[in-house]
Amino acid sequence: MAQNASTLFEKIWDSHEVLRKGADGPSLLYVDRHMVHEVTSPQAFEGLRANGREVRRPDLTVATMDHNVPTTPGERRLPMADQTSDLQVRTLEENCREFGIRLFGMDSPDQGIVHVIGPQLGITLPGATIVCGDSHTSTHGAFGALAFGIGTSDVEHVLASQTVWMQKPKSLEIMIRGRMSGPHAVTAKDVILYVIRKIGTDGGAGHVAEYRGQAVSDMSMEQRMTICNMSIEAGARAGLVAPDEKTFEYLRGRTYTPESYEEMVDAWKKTLRTDSKASFAKRYEIDASRIAPQVSWGTNPGMTCDVTEAVPDPAEYGDGDKPREDSARKALQYMGLEPGTPMTEIPLDRVFIGSCTNARLEDLIEASRAVRGRKIARGVRAMVVPGSQAVKRSAEEMGLDAIFKDAGFEWRESGCSMCLGMNPDILMPGERCASTSNRNFEGRQGTGGRTHLASPVMAAAAAVNGHFVDVREMDMPDGTV
Amino acid sequence: MEPFRTVRSVTTPLDKINIDTDQIVPKQFLKLVQRSGFGRYLFYDWRYERRGDGSGDASVVPRPDFVLNHPRYKGSAILATGENFGCGSSREHAVWALADHGFRAVIAPSFADIFYNNCFKNGVLPVTLERGEVRDILKFEGDIEVDLEAKEVRMYGPGDHAGPSHVARFEIEPHRRTVLLEGLDEIAQTLKYEKEIAEFERESGLTGDAAPPLPPDKPPGT
Repeated sequence: MAQNASTLFEKIWDSHEVLRKGADGPSLLYVDRHMVHEVTSPQAFEGLRANGREVRRPDLTVATMDHNVPTTPGERRLPMADQTSDLQVRTLEENCREFGIRLFGMDSPDQGIVHVIGPQLGITLPGATIVCGDSHTSTHGAFGALAFGIGTSDVEHVLASQTVWMQKPKSLEIMIRGRMSGPHAVTAKDVILYVIRKIGTDGGAGHVAEYRGQAVSDMSMEQRMTICNMSIEAGARAGLVAPDEKTFEYLRGRTYTPESYEEMVDAWKKTLRTDSKASFAKRYEIDASRIAPQVSWGTNPGMTCDVTEAVPDPAEYGDGDKPREDSARKALQYMGLEPGTPMTEIPLDRVFIGSCTNARLEDLIEASRAVRGRKIARGVRAMVVPGSQAVKRSAEEMGLDAIFKDAGFEWRESGCSMCLGMNPDILMPGERCASTSNRNFEGRQGTGGRTHLASPVMAAAAAVNGHFVDVREMDMPDGTV
Repeated sequence: MEPFRTVRSVTTPLDKINIDTDQIVPKQFLKLVQRSGFGRYLFYDWRYERRGDGSGDASVVPRPDFVLNHPRYKGSAILATGENFGCGSSREHAVWALADHGFRAVIAPSFADIFYNNCFKNGVLPVTLERGEVRDILKFEGDIEVDLEAKEVRMYGPGDHAGPSHVARFEIEPHRRTVLLEGLDEIAQTLKYEKEIAEFERESGLTGDAAPPLPPDKPPGT
């Protein structure tokens, strides 16, 4: 570990540096955990084969299939109706067999979205370096790991060498002071949407963000995963939170938690934190108590406002910046929205509760509060897609499935689903959706589809009302379900 | 990988900020298991419109108002665009689509990190210039020459036979420049460090800096 005052990120970086090319050159970083999925890996395995290379450390590599898999109960088998998806899924199976990689396949009870199952199975560990061919790998940073997404060429590079070349990013502090108002109304999702709105979709570019402050300490592990997940939406390659007792407790006794775990915890307690004299290259400070429930109105996650506000005027949003104003104008055109329309008066067609951002057990519990004893509004089609088979089982044991189904929601099998619509779960052109996912890009959930990002409880309340409501004013049961 | 030295062509202007990789290549085309053939899907939803029910290739026609469909930019090897190009998904398919279409260089005031990194693996040069210079290039109608060796972008107007009317200098990390100039196979380069990697594995196993291997397979669902 470094002798001088360092940030948590710098400590993890330094302890994984195999070598550095010159003082300012890139570092060769050792990778402790490599997670693989069906969409960004086939070309990487093909590259290995073409060059006669092996997977260096299959024992540090795990795979699952999450992006393409159907979530409709009864359709989780091969052959899949979509032939290209079927080929991709089979290719992953064959590659894992050939190269000796552990696979949580479509029929495994441990299957799920890669960023949900990593922590759930104890594969994610504090202080570790974790990569995956997926930008939301930043999720694992909630455990004090350095976790980031890589492209397919780097997937091949990691498979072959268990290392990745990287120019050292700078440290960014995102200090979230104060406490969130309304324990079940304002959530981690609102915090991160607010952060992105304030710092911009490139505010964290070239940096690794460390989330600190009272609001972050107060958060559960699953909430921390939600904020770290969307670091990439603020342009940061990775985001992390220093591990504490909650972190250590969460990972205790999981399927793949190491045998020497308690000794590791003792070591982590001494090392895995930012030194008090360490300096950050950039800092932002946010007051959590001022954050209201957030809803996106545009076509990137920074185009977000309070649920109590109205669709902004592009000129005001641009504030003299012509390209910014133009992008807001194009966004409103795509979204079919007029400036000045209250966010609570936009009618919705669909509601999606799912994704690596918000499909864990706590998310489903929070969403169920707004649904219990109610029915979804006429004309709205709503679905819940648990993040993993384990989340689904736990939710069913609690009776959450019944709450959602009684209200008219579809209760699905686990996968990425309509977060990116690679499987059959997509929006039709012009359809408007309240979504707990992470990206409201044009066409993200289906060509011509219109996405409004929100928290699970906000999306659930929107399903019941047919439009967004301020959940702070909604009558909801407290305590556990 | 094809080495990159100099590219000269008319520049395709795509004047928009925050273009995400979902726009560069939409998700329905990520299901292929090969690296080639993604050029036809580049900027698909902006480039084509659907007629009828939108299914099948025959119902998809080019939008005449989209810049890639303009005859003037046919064969262009340089794309100029706004801030934060390539944000969002890590999909390398975005770079494969740009390269397969024929783009060898992208000029922007800034790039998203993962996209920027992916470019170098595929012989595509991302050039970062000041916002004002990119604005000039977006409006420029002549030829542009991107010279990686000299780290220069040269603008040639219709009458500039003697030399460029303007030259912009750009910065790039030296090692990335070398990788592109020589078209190196990065994995082969890295595997030369086998000794160092093996040593790290041995040492970090002793000090606990790296996480231990995953335990042998456990029964699922435990």
